[in-house]
Amino acid sequence: MIKLTPSHAPRLGNGRLNWKEMASSYAMVLPAIAFLCVFTLYPMIDLFHMSFYRGNANNPFKSFEGLDNYKWILFTQPDFLVSLKNTAYYTLAVVVLLISLALIFAVWMQKDRRINRIAQSVFFTPHLVATLSCAFIWQWLYNSESYGLLNSVLDIFGLGPVRFLDSSATAMNCVVAMNVWKGIGYYALIILSALKSIPNEIYEAARLDNSSTLKTFFRITLPMLSPQLFFLLITITIGSFKVFDSIRIMTNGGPGTSTQVVTMFIYNYAFVRNNTLGVASAAGVLLMIILMLITLVYFRALERKVHYQ
Amino acid sequence: MENLQLKRRLRNYLPKLPMDLLKIAMMLVFVFPFYWMVITSFKPYIESIQTPPTLWPVTFTFENYETIFSSSVNVWQYAQNTVVVTLSVIVLQLAIMIPAAYGFAKRNFPLKGLLFGVVLVAFMIPGQITYITTYLMFSKARLINSLWPQILPFGANAFGIFMLRQAFKQLPDEIVESARLDGAGELKIMFQIMLPMCKSSIITIAMFSFVDTWNSYFWPLVMTNSEQYRPLTMYVEKIRDVEQGLDWSLIMSANCLLVLPVLIVFIFASKKIIQAFAYNGMK
Repeated sequence: MIKLTPSHAPRLGNGRLNWKEMASSYAMVLPAIAFLCVFTLYPMIDLFHMSFYRGNANNPFKSFEGLDNYKWILFTQPDFLVSLKNTAYYTLAVVVLLISLALIFAVWMQKDRRINRIAQSVFFTPHLVATLSCAFIWQWLYNSESYGLLNSVLDIFGLGPVRFLDSSATAMNCVVAMNVWKGIGYYALIILSALKSIPNEIYEAARLDNSSTLKTFFRITLPMLSPQLFFLLITITIGSFKVFDSIRIMTNGGPGTSTQVVTMFIYNYAFVRNNTLGVASAAGVLLMIILMLITLVYFRALERKVHYQ
Repeated sequence: MENLQLKRRLRNYLPKLPMDLLKIAMMLVFVFPFYWMVITSFKPYIESIQTPPTLWPVTFTFENYETIFSSSVNVWQYAQNTVVVTLSVIVLQLAIMIPAAYGFAKRNFPLKGLLFGVVLVAFMIPGQITYITTYLMFSKARLINSLWPQILPFGANAFGIFMLRQAFKQLPDEIVESARLDGAGELKIMFQIMLPMCKSSIITIAMFSFVDTWNSYFWPLVMTNSEQYRPLTMYVEKIRDVEQGLDWSLIMSANCLLVLPVLIVFIFASKKIIQAFAYNGMK
């Protein structure tokens, strides 16, 4: 739609009106911009600045260290790389499981029946509940003692006991399972609403061509869903890199360093240890760069393959 | 005749039965953890560590809740903090977001592109990156001992501004123009004419904020130093850390206090909430 004289544009030729319009426009957007600058942009720049210094909360800029903080976490001290590796593992597992299971759940609940409407609400419920609460509930279910619920179920089948969260071999997978359980209903709903927007004619045409169910799914449904799946891929990846609450409650990074993640590394160096604010900042900067790179790589690699209507 | 119809319906339904049973089993996987939370909260400590666990409390007791409410740690203070912070965040966000979204959608002014760029960049930067500096700022301003550090940083909701701008944009400009011809002021156009048409988007955004703020744990963990300003999430954590050896029935009671208000609202408004999250949330 082309508009020749948009009334909302500042009117030229009438200086006073123009100025008034502009002032009221700025009055609308500037409060928001001010808040974003103070609480998001400035902290980001400040973090970058702090990452070159050694200091603490009282004096973040005690002494200039150059790139030493970066060198230290990348080459001297293995903690950061361990937490990065764990975060990557967690992210990969959550992304793969969440997207594939949410897709299955969405297709499974597609038909407009009462049981499916109930299922939608039920699967969605954990998304509304605090991660902290879900973490506590699952920590209780995972309890390693004989009175732990999962272990007593295993016991009926003559299995176990499994030391779910208390063993470095299984702890991370248990955290992954909880987070997948929590997120699946929400992502299934998003895919479901996309599924419902696919025009029926396309399926009918496929039926006329005697296309098999599987073929229809992979050749029609999946490509038609690709914009939403692409969006979910980015959101879930970035969300997973920020994982903190569930791990802090369920394992606090343990056993050993098996569930230590980047956000916990930053938290510990910023608030628990002394004079390591610069180290935490350097790790924060690296996390930010990683998140940006992931977004960029995703856009580059997938944009061409994504089907936009 | 009726019998025949029943038979036919049954025959049509039968192939669906195994899948439906599987679906019901799957639903149990999602409901059971919450059932277990509630049930554990009504068990005495001794029963909670009994082998095998009881699916329904043999001794049904309120003693865990009594312990919580009679303890020297004032749970009401925590609950009050959660409610005050959540409501303040929502109100502040709406007050800042509505004019901003309207301005970006319906007005032209110099540097508009750049300023909207700020919103988009802010949208991508998580709190896990910005909290260190934010903490230092509040600490310098001597505001750490207040609820402000949990409210002010969330004043501008970049995601909300982005979404509401989309909603405003979809409304035709003619509405604004004809209102102006009728002599309506800018505020009247924004709040009385445009806003009601974007009601569902606003409710969705407010709901996202409600869930995020009510459930937040990381932010209050890093932003508070004293019990007086901590929210319910931190109360649940405190209950765990205070006890020698975990008292799961007590932890689950505290957990119930945090979760049940959200669940009750959801049970009564699930249809609306699901619509808001899935259908409006993704435009």
